Amino acid sequence: MTAINYAISDVQTQVNRVLKHTTRNPSTLIMTILLPLIVLLLFNYGFGGALDTHGVKYINYVVPGIILMGAGYSASATATAVNSDMSEGIIDRFRTMAINRSSVLSGHVIGSTLRTFTGIALVVVIALPIGFRPTSNPVRWLAVIGIILLMLYAVAWLSAGIGLFAPNASGAASMASLLSLLPFLSGAFVPTNTMPGWLQTFTANQPMTHIEDALRGLLMETPVGNHGWISIVWLVGIALVGYLWSRSLFNRKTAG
Amino acid sequence: MISPSSPPTIVVKGLRKSFAKQVVLDGIDLNVKAGTIFSLLGPNGSGKTTTVRILSTLIHADGGEVTVAGHDLKTDANGVRRSIAVTGQFSAVDKLLTGRENLQLMGKLNRLSKQGARTRADELLERFDLVDAADRYAMTYSGGMKRRLDLAMSLVGQPQVVFLDEPTTGLDPRSRRTVWGIVRELAAEGVTIFLTTQLLEEADQLADHIAVLNKGKLVAEGTPDELRALVPGGRITLQFPDQRQLEAAAGLVAGSTPDQEKLSLDVPGDGSVDMVRSLLDHLSGMSIKVDKLAVHTPDLDDVFFALTDNESVRDDSRSDLDNDATPQKTTAGK
Repeated sequence: MTAINYAISDVQTQVNRVLKHTTRNPSTLIMTILLPLIVLLLFNYGFGGALDTHGVKYINYVVPGIILMGAGYSASATATAVNSDMSEGIIDRFRTMAINRSSVLSGHVIGSTLRTFTGIALVVVIALPIGFRPTSNPVRWLAVIGIILLMLYAVAWLSAGIGLFAPNASGAASMASLLSLLPFLSGAFVPTNTMPGWLQTFTANQPMTHIEDALRGLLMETPVGNHGWISIVWLVGIALVGYLWSRSLFNRKTAG
Repeated sequence: MISPSSPPTIVVKGLRKSFAKQVVLDGIDLNVKAGTIFSLLGPNGSGKTTTVRILSTLIHADGGEVTVAGHDLKTDANGVRRSIAVTGQFSAVDKLLTGRENLQLMGKLNRLSKQGARTRADELLERFDLVDAADRYAMTYSGGMKRRLDLAMSLVGQPQVVFLDEPTTGLDPRSRRTVWGIVRELAAEGVTIFLTTQLLEEADQLADHIAVLNKGKLVAEGTPDELRALVPGGRITLQFPDQRQLEAAAGLVAGSTPDQEKLSLDVPGDGSVDMVRSLLDHLSGMSIKVDKLAVHTPDLDDVFFALTDNESVRDDSRSDLDNDATPQKTTAGK
């Protein structure tokens, strides 16, 4: 086997380890699988009737918002997992082995992406019987899945960085939870036209707004405009920054 | 398997390391022969863990040359990593995995096939008496079981050199004996063991060769017997009923040291039956009554205290500082 094959096999092994952790850690399961579902039901049945979404059925309006929220919640789980893993003796064991050095981090990032994607898929499936009517165009669905995966990957690298940066697990969780507030400051749950002007300027330009407009457009067959491309640029940028940040923190933490 | 002429498995020359302004290792030279148990013995804060962390590629030295199993530490760290395994003071098991899963994880990272990893895990579970606990999460294991699993994980890749950093710290006496047994077995199979300990008994029980480290410097080196020979022979302590008899005895026995408070007399000697008999005959011939008698043979404790005590008693407060500066999690956390 070549070095690349070894690296891939190491990353696979670490992804398996992280996914096993997920099924054994109730708080991760609640945060990434159960919470988005609860929020979906809460918003749809609790608030939905009272909100004016310009004639769009609320369930159709809110599902893209819940998808973003799922990504936000996954940040806390990932940051906590990375932080507590780094404080365990097993990291030192990995470092004394002739394995791919950053496979531990890659394992967390890919594991987190897969875990959260499962939670989001569940949200979409549960939303269908309660009235969610998205497009049936397979190309649009592929684009939706692509954007979601890219978003989860970017959020996971950013959260890995937060996990490495935070002094302890609870610090990591609270720092990362700020990310889950961003969907509230976009049009994810309610239209932004009732927000004050300064806030509208922020919401119009923050990445979550573009992602959610892109997802909503693709799923509801409404115009996507530039939102798709702007989202991709944002996400690639966030992934890159998160990756470089994590890598430099990881190297610094593990250097002599 | 290993010829007497094989080159040393671990060669260390002039190893230096400082943290901030504190010198932790001040020029260490070591040679560890293949297939032997080498023990680095020293008090807390003497630099033992730092030495292991450098030799096992976890941290960089400030200076010095190191080769492990023929691989240069600076230019071929991965070669070193392929030849070694480390079990430290802190459990390096994944607590959310079962014992079996931990071993299979090591198998995969050691490039075993899926089936190979499974077989190896079964072998090691059997050998380390973990079969019953194999499918329980490691977080439910007792301290002794965790340490056994930790050791088993180190052996998945069949390393040539195993570093054990205080492997029995925090274990009860029974678990400690189990670990000792495992270490002896490994050495018998030809694995080179680099063991650090602050327990003299442990070094005495296991090591072929001991180096005593104090404040970052080697202060003595040799076999357990050679080290024992460094301190003067043993002594016999005699206990008297009163001051008068103590003084009489002190006047009779050349080279003895009386202790007026305890009414006891220390007599240098090896404690052999002949020596003790002639001493007692001599005293009773002069009508001196001896209440009690104790024989002290020199042990590694005497060596250890002779070599390390003077300074560490005086510098007790600094010793604690040393301890903090010895990087465990602290370097990793910065």
